[in-house]
Amino acid sequence: MSTRSFGEPVKRNEDRRLLTGRALFIDDVELPGLLHAALLRSQMAHGRIVRIDVSRALQRPGVVAAYVAGDLGPYWQPGPVLVPPPPIAGIVFHARTQVPLAKDKVRHVGEPLAIVIAESRYIAEDALDDIEVELDQLPAVVDLEQALDAGSALVHDDVGSNISAHVRQTKGHYAAAAAGADHIIRRRFHYEHGISSPIETRGVVAQWDGRAGQMTIWDTTQAPVFVRNGLAGVLGLNERQVRVIAPFVGGGFGPKIMMFYPEEVLLPWISMQLNRPVKWIEDRLEHFVATTHERGQIHDAEIALTKDGKILGIKDVFLHDGGAYDPYGLTVPINSQCTLLGPYVVPHYDSTFTQVFTNLPIVTPYRGAGRQHGVFVMERLLDFAAHELNIDPAEIRRRNLIPPDAFPYKNEIIYQDFAPLEYDSGNYEPVLDMALDAIGYKAFRDEQAAARLQGRHLGIGIACYVEGTGIGPYEGAKVQVQSNGKVSIATGIGTQGQGHFTVFAQIAADQLGVAVSDINVVTGDTDQFYWGAGTFASRGAVVAGNAVNEASKAVRKKALKLAGDLFECAEEDLVIADGKVSIVGIPEKFVTLGDLARQANPMRGAVQPGTEPGLESTQYFGPKMGATANGVHAMTVEMDPRTFELKILKYVVVHDCGTVINPMILAGQIHGGVAQGIGNAFYEKLVFDEQGQLLTATLADYLLPTALEVPRMELAHTVTKSPLNPLGIKGAGEAGAIPVGPLFAQAIEDALDLKARGVELLEIPLSPSRLFELSREAKW
Amino acid sequence: MKPAPFKYIAATSLEQALALKAEHGDDAKFLAGGQSLIPTMNFRLARPAVLIDINGIEELSGISSSESATRIGALTRYRTLQRDAAFVGLFPLIGEALPHIAHPQIRNRGTVGGNLAHADPASELPAIMLALRARLRVRAQSRERWIDAADFFIGGLTTDLEPDEMLVEIELPLPNARSGASFLEIARRKGDFAIAGVAAMVALDDQDQCSDVRLTLCGVGDTPVDASAAAQSLAGQVPSEALVSDAAGAVQAMIDPGGSVHATADYQRHIAGVLAERALRTAYQRARDGH
Amino acid sequence: MDIDDHDIRLAVNGRTYRRRIESRLLLSDFLRHELGLAGTHVGCEHGVCGACTILFDGEPVRACLMFAVQADRHEISTVEGLAAADDHYHPLQQAMHDHHGLQCGYCTPGILMTMSAFLAENIAPTEEEVREALSGNLCRCTGYQNIVDAVLAAAKSMRG
Repeated sequence: MSTRSFGEPVKRNEDRRLLTGRALFIDDVELPGLLHAALLRSQMAHGRIVRIDVSRALQRPGVVAAYVAGDLGPYWQPGPVLVPPPPIAGIVFHARTQVPLAKDKVRHVGEPLAIVIAESRYIAEDALDDIEVELDQLPAVVDLEQALDAGSALVHDDVGSNISAHVRQTKGHYAAAAAGADHIIRRRFHYEHGISSPIETRGVVAQWDGRAGQMTIWDTTQAPVFVRNGLAGVLGLNERQVRVIAPFVGGGFGPKIMMFYPEEVLLPWISMQLNRPVKWIEDRLEHFVATTHERGQIHDAEIALTKDGKILGIKDVFLHDGGAYDPYGLTVPINSQCTLLGPYVVPHYDSTFTQVFTNLPIVTPYRGAGRQHGVFVMERLLDFAAHELNIDPAEIRRRNLIPPDAFPYKNEIIYQDFAPLEYDSGNYEPVLDMALDAIGYKAFRDEQAAARLQGRHLGIGIACYVEGTGIGPYEGAKVQVQSNGKVSIATGIGTQGQGHFTVFAQIAADQLGVAVSDINVVTGDTDQFYWGAGTFASRGAVVAGNAVNEASKAVRKKALKLAGDLFECAEEDLVIADGKVSIVGIPEKFVTLGDLARQANPMRGAVQPGTEPGLESTQYFGPKMGATANGVHAMTVEMDPRTFELKILKYVVVHDCGTVINPMILAGQIHGGVAQGIGNAFYEKLVFDEQGQLLTATLADYLLPTALEVPRMELAHTVTKSPLNPLGIKGAGEAGAIPVGPLFAQAIEDALDLKARGVELLEIPLSPSRLFELSREAKW
Repeated sequence: MKPAPFKYIAATSLEQALALKAEHGDDAKFLAGGQSLIPTMNFRLARPAVLIDINGIEELSGISSSESATRIGALTRYRTLQRDAAFVGLFPLIGEALPHIAHPQIRNRGTVGGNLAHADPASELPAIMLALRARLRVRAQSRERWIDAADFFIGGLTTDLEPDEMLVEIELPLPNARSGASFLEIARRKGDFAIAGVAAMVALDDQDQCSDVRLTLCGVGDTPVDASAAAQSLAGQVPSEALVSDAAGAVQAMIDPGGSVHATADYQRHIAGVLAERALRTAYQRARDGH
Repeated sequence: MDIDDHDIRLAVNGRTYRRRIESRLLLSDFLRHELGLAGTHVGCEHGVCGACTILFDGEPVRACLMFAVQADRHEISTVEGLAAADDHYHPLQQAMHDHHGLQCGYCTPGILMTMSAFLAENIAPTEEEVREALSGNLCRCTGYQNIVDAVLAAAKSMRG
């Protein structure tokens, strides 16, 4: 008897290795003769390099080599632009990408100046102290608005300004809409996202085998195929000479994609120079400045409404801190720009942003990838509109939701996948209703009043969002039945914990009638699967999942054909279940899949032209555009009105990501996303001083939420399938993290009656101290 | 983040440890719990040339009580205190503060003596020792002295210890029979260093009036702050809301917090007052009700 | 400066090891690279994240805040010793699997060691007590909810 596993909370294939401490993470790679690297990083945010002298380091016992930029010769070059600017009229984009080791100038704290190779990491770090560095300090560009002033220091002198990009996108005609509006609200918002801070930092191990002409690189990357292609190129090797293995990765969340990181470029080259394998493991102190960030935006936004709270249009002008280099193009601010529109009908939209170069670490997507910023602006504008127009906050949202018959809904402006923003499917009002019901919205006002009589300050928040997911270009999968009857799946993407070893197996399990635990998934090894893009933008399940499905279907078809030939019957008369193909109604007439696989790879006879040996198939899937998931978060809090401490009482997420492969894994993704959202809203803050020094550079100061800060969450789902892929799935990886900022702002304002006292929360992150300072302006 | 090289010596006796410290002075550091020292060594902020491991010196740990005082060996670990019901019963102020100190794994290794000798301004125990009027016994190779807690903490991360001295024991006078205590702290997350913490101890006479009020704070200055003078107005009184509120105001006036990335100085000052109020009120109630 | 080497002898997961190591070698690095017990993970090396938690004479401690030389004549337990045999999970491991208490799995060994010691002391914890005991271990993937459920379930199964 075969049970359907797609859609079931199947337990994970990958757990055993992880639970027993036997999974291979990057620092577990041990090789004979392994050397260890440490990088000397700039302590200065902006300066001209006068001198870097490694000679004393080379004299230290145990040090094998030390390099500066000049030692790399023609190998030294700026990295590629990973994501070119989208085709938007009038776009300005100045590409300036990061380099393996700084030359002439340093542009952010943490930028590598030199690299030391030694017998141990301990000795390598000793040797860093031996290196003599002279830098001429330059004024650091840190403040976004000052960066655009005429007299500002320039991060890139040859650009002539600190403008990395400038983009304007419009829909309809905002000025005309505003002219006819009953009500216009204008506010300035500051939204800062933070760093991904996975518990495992980055790492690279490179092993050059000169005799075999083979380079093997282990890398905590989310994009092993891209890394293989790029490194083969710069190293002057054929792609087939380079193997990139992304082992188990201890959390990715976005910044583990950004390539090339300097260390990814340096280690393979060094291994070739020394003919020995080399390892670099990022320590936590490095991680704060050496792995990419997301940071802040400043929005001057206005919304034009009717007196009934219907949105006529929105205008938004914002500055985006891109950091010292812009290899990732405009992905993050474009996401902000597009996701601001949310699940609402916004007939007219005029959005302009300037991406600014600063002397701070590079900004690239981190779970949410700029969507948080846009959602904050929209949700806050609606909250202020609700307050000023005397409409309930949930009701004003309801009035503006895109109706269910309006899909596919065209928002016209260009999205991060270069296609005009189009929502494939959705039914938003039931999601809002379910969330309101689950949080007890109707009864809350009475509860709040009763609590206030006891001196307790409760508040409620509700926030809606959409999330563009599952973008192309494509992924591929090879599904193969082996002669022992077990199935092997290989795909080009990697794993950072999202259950790929299980969800892909579930997809294949149903097609092939094999138990999920009999399906082995290989990810992230470019020798096992050649093609692909990577895990990012909530696309793994959608894109690779569909590729697995296509390949599984193809294998199923082959199996049925072979069995049909074997039993001399029609394919419709066959059933696949429990690893066997049998004739319907005659279960004793069966052949195992393993036997079929063996028969498909004959030692004699012929493989017919136009067919292939074996029971395997490789298929690719590339959606024509991204699928749009959506959700609503609701939360009640209690605030201490004197200390401004916050306690979450109840947290609800209602979410729609189309067809669900594994509800248990999906729930885990939402829990984790919300936890990161809570961190972003109330705990995590990157604090830079005027010299671009990071003051919150340890885990004691950059506050990740613990089990005491993250509440129990209640989850519910609706399903509007995506018409863009045969499985109907939409991505879900980032959903939990996106709307938490405005949720906190709303709930805190409600608990403390801030709006009525003339205090508005226009920024994230918040904290008790910040709330104290802001509410001092309150009119009591 | 690997530490710089050092010479490691596991001392087998107190005399040996003190002789080594006398020999090396500030080039050597004692290794007790290591929960504060080793992170700074991993960051390479601390690079002692010599590390004297005192974990094997059994005479340095243990709790003993007499009729007038309790003595705690400096090497006594937080978790030992937490699990000693008799001790926590005698000194509920410490019992209430211990769960705020870091996390269980840290408390399994960290020691009381190490905490006090490290003297982090945001650390809870220094303020509590101050509230309890602790006396600290300090030894060098050929001398010994007692230092009142009030004189031990000189500045941020600085104590009165000479380069050749080791804190070996803490003596706590037993609290009055009719007394109550309260420790309250605000930190960003439980276990983080205090943004402000208040320790209050109130002793009562047989008319439920305050006979002795101790009030100290952590996290609001370079050293723990003795704010007992701010509660002077409570002496001989049954504390009213107004008196307690005045005392809280006086506390706010006498401190000079420095602010940090987590909180402004004004916020620290503000909550110091709120916590002082709440702690005094609770300490009084506990004294009056016998807990 | 000459390397300050020391001979140590210690038990890890019930097996005795003798090694000669440099005094500054962190216990975390010793377990992972000297003994090849790579299940204990390193996340921060300043004692905050808890990924490196092992049992030292039965008590959870952070291996990044000890030097290997301090472990001389002591007993260490790591995640590799938690399961009784290859197919015989500790109830906590089983519960974590059943409740999806791990995603990337990097923080998991530290959590298993911390919570196995916790349950040995408190076999009937409340959810609040579990969260408090867990608060010294950071997880960036799960949001903790399923881990809490797993610990409560393990406790229940261990109570019999």
